[in-house]
Order: sequence, then C-alpha cells, then structure tokens
Amino acid sequence: MALNLNRIPMPAQDPEVRNKNFDEVATGYTAAMAVEEAERCLQCKNPLCVPACPVNINIPKFIHEIATGDVVAAGETLKDANTLPAVCGRVCPQESQCEGACILNKKGAPIAIGRLERYAADLQIMRGDFKTAVKPSTGKKVAVLGGGPAGLTCASELAQQGHDVTIFEALHVAGGVLMYGIPEFRLPKLVVETEINSIKEMGVDIRVNSIAGKINTVQELMEEQGYDAIFIGTGAGLPYFMNIPGENFNGVYSANEFLTRTNLMKAYDFPNNATPILVGEKVAVVGAGNVAMDAARTALRLGAKKSYIVYRRAMEQIPARLEELEHAIEEGVELMLLTSPTEIVGDADGNVIGMTCVKYELGEPDDSGRRRPVVIEGSEHMVDVDTVVMAIGQGPNPVLLETIDGLELNKWGNVVADDQGRTSLEGVFAGGDIVTGAATVILAMGAGKVAAKTMNEYLAD
Amino acid sequence: MYKIVEKQELAPTIKLMKILSPDVAKKVQAGQFIIIRTDNRGERIPLTVADFDREAGTITIIFQEVGYSTLQLGAMNVGDEVLDFVGPLGRPTDIENYGTVMLVGGGVGIAPVLPIAKALKEAGNHVVSVIGSRCDELLILEDEMREASSELYITTDDGSCSYGIKGFVTDKIKEILEDPHYDVKHIWAIGPVIMMKFCATLTKQYEIPTTVSMNPIMVDGTGMCGACRVSVGNETKFACVDGPEFDGHKIDWELAMRRMNIFKEKERIIAERYEKGGNQ
Repeated sequence: MALNLNRIPMPAQDPEVRNKNFDEVATGYTAAMAVEEAERCLQCKNPLCVPACPVNINIPKFIHEIATGDVVAAGETLKDANTLPAVCGRVCPQESQCEGACILNKKGAPIAIGRLERYAADLQIMRGDFKTAVKPSTGKKVAVLGGGPAGLTCASELAQQGHDVTIFEALHVAGGVLMYGIPEFRLPKLVVETEINSIKEMGVDIRVNSIAGKINTVQELMEEQGYDAIFIGTGAGLPYFMNIPGENFNGVYSANEFLTRTNLMKAYDFPNNATPILVGEKVAVVGAGNVAMDAARTALRLGAKKSYIVYRRAMEQIPARLEELEHAIEEGVELMLLTSPTEIVGDADGNVIGMTCVKYELGEPDDSGRRRPVVIEGSEHMVDVDTVVMAIGQGPNPVLLETIDGLELNKWGNVVADDQGRTSLEGVFAGGDIVTGAATVILAMGAGKVAAKTMNEYLAD
Repeated sequence: MYKIVEKQELAPTIKLMKILSPDVAKKVQAGQFIIIRTDNRGERIPLTVADFDREAGTITIIFQEVGYSTLQLGAMNVGDEVLDFVGPLGRPTDIENYGTVMLVGGGVGIAPVLPIAKALKEAGNHVVSVIGSRCDELLILEDEMREASSELYITTDDGSCSYGIKGFVTDKIKEILEDPHYDVKHIWAIGPVIMMKFCATLTKQYEIPTTVSMNPIMVDGTGMCGACRVSVGNETKFACVDGPEFDGHKIDWELAMRRMNIFKEKERIIAERYEKGGNQ
C-alpha cells in the first residue's frame, strides 16, 4: 500500500459560527478517521516520537491499538504513561514534541498523534473505565501543594505506588491552568473534571480552598502532621504587567483575570453565573503566546467587534502553538506585529480609550539567537481600543515560598530544583512552572512525573 | 462545605455570621481577610475578618448587603452551608507596642477594626478608638469596641447617637490630634474609600503614620489575577497579597475609587434580577 503523506484533517466548527460560542472548536475524529490516520503510522522499531514526549507515552503501541480497533487497550496504554491524556491530546504543542520528531516529516505530514491521543482518551472518558491499578499501601504520607498539571501528575504517580497522597489546592476546584486559564472552547471543563475524578478514584484526597503556606507551612506538614515528603507545584500564577503609564485604567486586565473570570467563574454566562466581565468593542491583547491567543479568541466570543494581537516581534517568532495561531486568524483575530504599547490612554472617568504604540524592526540577533526588535524612530501612533489584556507572562507566586525557611530560590523567585525534582530541602521536591517559569502543561506534567519517581525512591529508603 | 453556626442582624442591612472553618480559624490573624462563595454559580467575594475563635473553629464575618452576592449570603441561615470559604488571605497587621494608637472605623469598616484593636490593646497599647456611622441605627459593635479600646468615641453624621458627636470621624480625629494630652504614634483607619481618603489626608498634615485597609474588587485573592491593583507611592501593588493594609499617605485614592466602579452596571443588573426573584 502506498504511503499516505497527508494526515486526516480534524473536523472543526466553522470559524464564523464558533467565534460566537464557547463550544469546543475541534470536534474530534470519528472511528473511521482515527483508524485511517493510525494506519499511516510506520510502527518504527526505534520510534523517534517516544523520547520526544515529556511523559514518554508508548506512542506506536497505542496507535497500533487504534489501527486494529482495540480502543480500550489504546486508552490504557495512554493512561499507563499519562495522567491526563484527553487534556494533552488537546493542548500539547505536538509539533515541537512527538509529531515534530515523527519520521514522516521527511516525506510529508507527521502522524496526528495528538488527535489520536484525544480520540482514544475521549472514548475512555465516555466509557468511564479508568482501571489504574494501585499498589498496596506503603503507609507513607505525601502532601502535594498545588493541584495543577504538575501536582496532579505527581499525585497520580505516587498514589499508584501505594502512597497516601493529599493535594492542597488554593482555588475552589483542582486543575490549575486547565480550569482557570485554558478556555472551554479549547479544553472542555468536563474533560478536565473527568480526568481529575480518575485521580480521586485512586484514593488521592484533593482538598480545595486550601492555601499552602497560609493554613499550613511545609514545616508543620512534616513535623506536626506526619507527611514524609512534599511536592511543590504551585505554578506561575503571578501575572506580569508592562509597567507603562495607564495600566491601571478600567478596561485593562491581566490575561489571568480575563481568562479566570471567563473560564473558572463562567462570566460568559452572566448573570446566570454571578461573576461579571466587561469587554468593549475593540480589544488589544499584548503578547503572542498561547495565553494571548486564548484571550484574543475569548474576546470575540464575549462580543468584541475587533480583537488584536499586539506583538513586539515578527510572525515567525510567535511563541503560540501553530494551531492556536491559525484558529485565531480564522476566527477574525488580527495581528499587529512588530508593535508594542508605550502608554494606555484613558478618559476623564478612567476608562481606556486607546493605546499609544511604537513600531519595531528586527535588528541583530540577541543571546537567544532571535533577531532583536529595535524601535523605529518617530513610529509612535495611537491604536483605537477600549479594552487591553496583558498576556506577557507570569511569575512564581510567592505566597507559599516565603513561608519556607531554607528553600533555595533563583533570582526570579523560582524554586531551585535539580533535574530529578530535588530542592535544597530534604524531603521537599518541586516541579512545573514554579521551577521553570511559565511553560507548558505537558512540561509541568513531565516534571511532576519525574519528581514522583524520585520521591518514590526517597520514600523507599 | 462550611456551616453557618450563628447569624445576627446588627443593623438594617448589616449582618454578622459565624462560619465553621477550623483550618482558617487556627491561623487567621488581625488584618487578614477571607473569600466566600455561596454556591456554584456565585462570585468569590472578599470579606474582612471581624473576629475568630480558635477553639470553636469559627470565623466571624460582618457584611453589608450592598449587591447580589451579599444579599444572597444575607438570606442564608444558621445551619446552611456556604460552598467555598478560603483564607486566611493577605498580610496580618503589624502588631507591636507603639504607645498610644488611634483606631478609626467607619460603617461596616468597624468590623475589621475590632480584631486589630483587640490585638493592639493586648500588646500594651493605649487604644483610642473613633467609630462612626451615618446614623445611630447603623452603628455596629459599639460594646465590643468599647471593651477592646482604652477610650471610645462615637460619631454619627446626623447626630442621632445621643451620647456621640454629631459629625464625621475626621472631626473627632482632628480634635484628638490637636489635643496635647495625646501622643498618637500610629493610626489605623478602615471604612468606605472616601472616609479613608479624608482620614489619610487629615493625618498627613500631622505626619502620623496611617494604615488603611483596602477592599478592592478581587477574583482569586491569592495574587493570581491582579484585579485588586492599587497604586501606592506610584507603585502598583496587589491588595490581596501585598496588602490589604497600606500606607494611607501613599495611596492613589482617585484610582482606588474609579476601580471600584468597573462593573457597576453589571452589578446593578444582577442585583435587580435577584430582587425580582432570579438567581436564588
């Protein structure tokens, strides 16, 4: 059979329809589509995709299982390596991981590994069978601080090893960025909740409304409450602002606030849900990462007539996943590249009425190898907007860290941990954005998984 | 779920509730706040802590019914449970022996002043308190404040408290600061933004350090969203994690007042709907 060099396209809602609703954009493969795509896999003896996956899913195996019609086995293969496959199938940057490594790239399009992962994981969710075996109890207690992707993965891995795991989560639901940040239209909350429930079924106790460092310190957990090990996975929750004039005018949000109101608090369904959000007619989102794309697309769905991505660098430097950028453009998001604000302008009542921007051109490469944007003299101009969302990154939240004596932090305030998740304190481990700074869901999950392995060895001693 | 174990109506529209939350009660200190969410469609609303009982595991909150969420909370009764209750949030008050201190509470802002007064008195301070409200009927926690203070003065805007002073808290503050018998070292002023602004403006003339407690719009209350931005000495701070207490002489009051109004129209819509029987 001749090799099919094209991947099966993902069915999706029409852009002009979906930019007015919060239903999921990509609707998922049918069984026939999944089998056809899975059959394209060459089943490499030495697969390049597996080491490129931060949690090392046995990718050829689960794809083979789909190709042969055994979706139950495919779901189990995924779960063996990945706590949240239905999430990862949707939000992983596959093009720079598994799919980026696929041998088929040499000839044509790589296998749509993410889409197949989602297909098999969704079927498992619909069946509701999560047979994740748990070893007999070890009698060891572990506290996981923060219930985001890193913490959930770490907790799940440790529970499977027979440890007694408690997650302390500050918000009223677990999931972290999966619940407050990534929009419903890209990651339905029901999917997240179902995958989290499978972790609870392993015996993990998830305590919401519990702010680590406030209700208990690491010292108290270990000395008074009998925890044998601690995992810190509190993420990158502190939003950065640009520190330009006018940033506190009404109508300027951090992306975190804009997305938290919409996703976690369901402000898109106001007043049925009580949390409000105010979006004007013309919205500028500053930044061009995945969070920025989410905010710009959310703005359209909330009724904005215009939604702009304002980015200091050029098209090829946009850090968002390609698919998110393409979806955003299809839905009507406009790009203002090589542009950055210098001031936000408000009226007498303090409401945003515009944004002063300057244009940039690309100069010499900087330390990171990217060509450095340089301001063009006299390029100052006014952009007509009434809402501004700052999506320029997040830093570590200091609430917990400042209560831990002797924990080494770097100059940005992130926890210093080695590549096995060990911190400067015995029995205290860390992983995810709190260590690396803001990165991706899957990298945090990978770090949680690695730390769990180290912790399991530590607990065995 | 967190059970309401006591409920009192302190004044028309002002309610006190004791809520069972042993984890928070164990750790909370004067000056901190909590966030409450009544049900799964509700808002997360920040409320300052008026009192706590570490043994009983309860937190006392006092709130005025000013909008949808507080009306909905106020309609709940003893035995009911709120869905979410989280804290203690924010930084505690710096309690030490300053000598003579002045504590100013306005309206429902008297509630957060109470635990601070208690703690300061316990630390050995001479606590001079000035509490005020629009009228006698709306004055709360008079007895509790009298017990927590070395001296207590009451002001009502309309003079309806017969043994109080007719006027604003600032009138009494000025009188005390002009009186050579007092050597006030530090002032706490908590109440409506406009009252805190006038207090801080006045005390600045006397160069007496003045702490205010900001209560801006918040969502998570843990430093994650930045909705609660306040400008302090031209620097942006998050009230939830950097505050809620700040140097009143450095606050940008105009900004603080403007930011309170961001969602005014939306708040009106949902409050009206509630009063017509929706969202209950």
